[in-house]
Amino acid sequence: MVSAWAVARTVTDPELPMLTLADLGVLREVSEQDGHVVVAITPTYTGCPAMDTMRDDLVHALHGAGYDDVEVRTVLRPAWTSDWITGEGRRKLADAGIAPPAAAPRRPTGPIPLTLGPPARRVPCPHCGAGATELVSEFGPTACRSLRRCRACDETFEHVKEI
Amino acid sequence: MFDNAYEALADARDDSRWAFGTSPGGIGMSPGQRRDDPLSGMDTSVPAGMDGADLSSYCLMLGDDALVLSHRLQEWITHAPELEDEVAIANIALDLLGQARLLLARAGKADGSDRSEDSYAFFRPENEFRNVRLAELPRGDFGRLVALLLVFSTWRLALLQRLCDSADPVLAAIAAKGVKEVTYHRDYAARWAVRLGDGTDYSHERMQAGLDDVWPYVGELFTPHEIETRVGVNPVGARAEFDDVLAQVCAAAHLSLPGVPARAGVSGRMGRDGVHTEAMGFLLAELQSVARAYPEATW
Repeated sequence: MVSAWAVARTVTDPELPMLTLADLGVLREVSEQDGHVVVAITPTYTGCPAMDTMRDDLVHALHGAGYDDVEVRTVLRPAWTSDWITGEGRRKLADAGIAPPAAAPRRPTGPIPLTLGPPARRVPCPHCGAGATELVSEFGPTACRSLRRCRACDETFEHVKEI
Repeated sequence: MFDNAYEALADARDDSRWAFGTSPGGIGMSPGQRRDDPLSGMDTSVPAGMDGADLSSYCLMLGDDALVLSHRLQEWITHAPELEDEVAIANIALDLLGQARLLLARAGKADGSDRSEDSYAFFRPENEFRNVRLAELPRGDFGRLVALLLVFSTWRLALLQRLCDSADPVLAAIAAKGVKEVTYHRDYAARWAVRLGDGTDYSHERMQAGLDDVWPYVGELFTPHEIETRVGVNPVGARAEFDDVLAQVCAAAHLSLPGVPARAGVSGRMGRDGVHTEAMGFLLAELQSVARAYPEATW
């Protein structure tokens, strides 16, 4: 029998189906005791509407592999960060034309500084590789993605936000 | 594999994909778990030394702020000036709805009532909603939306950041996630305030009018309710940070901080006490009418 972790790690994200939940850092833990499997997942954003789908996909996959007693738990702490996207996950994002996130900002201990100008991020174009790209909107098709445009090839592309 | 696309969609193994529903239990749920509980599987016991009823009321305050403003933001769908901004506003509304779900669920666990998020959202009368009045103000124009969002998210970010150290680990975890989200909301509003305030004479005029419009409701944000001082963050401590951020934005946007007096409550009672503006009744009518027409409905 394949281990519960090995099964869970193959389950893909409902909104970024080229990535697994493990690639995204959403799959936190899989434990197995006396046939009872507990899977812990964490939302990227609190309003993430895909949590129920993830839960069902995990349960279906584990049932299919012979694990009948499966429980999926939500964990909120520590809060998800885009830094948890694995190297493999970043490669898959880029292959799909989605720019992977840079390192998440370090939270200062004092008040969080205001960013009045467009954030100074260097996000290379996933299509042509050019470095000169500009922000179109901080809010893209899902909460975790922003929209950018390449000044060289003019293509717009999505970028997984740093949080 | 399938004769047509509908068959593929209706793959019998995967019937749960159609709708998740509100009925209890179901696949992937242990007997004590509920599908509509966003805190499922978390330890929700109340920390020693904290009053569960107070903690519950406090979570309702923060949760209602998010729920009610989220509803107002949703009214912008199909009304925003550009598609990108419509998507941005919808995303902000979704973030706030997510925060509201966790906070209302936390409220129901903290006081031992096990009341669900839906029950709080759809079956409470107006005088039990504890949101600040700023969150419920009618939609207004885009200038006012930007002003409202700037004020609201600057205030909320300062509170959430302080709540990351809450003695309640659940509230602290919710706050830590919220900080990341609201940082983006505040930047969005601040950049629009600068673009409009420092734009044409006409855009400046509309942006200033928006700020003047919402300013009477700022005083309430920094009027502490006794429950906030007992189990939460006293907002008075966040005032300097709020003033500093607003001063930065106004300087860059060439806007003036309004000198208008704060809108008084009724005998000193305001949103946190369940005393709201006329707009709140209409908002709740829209938010709650379907659930109240079919109170026993499950799907």
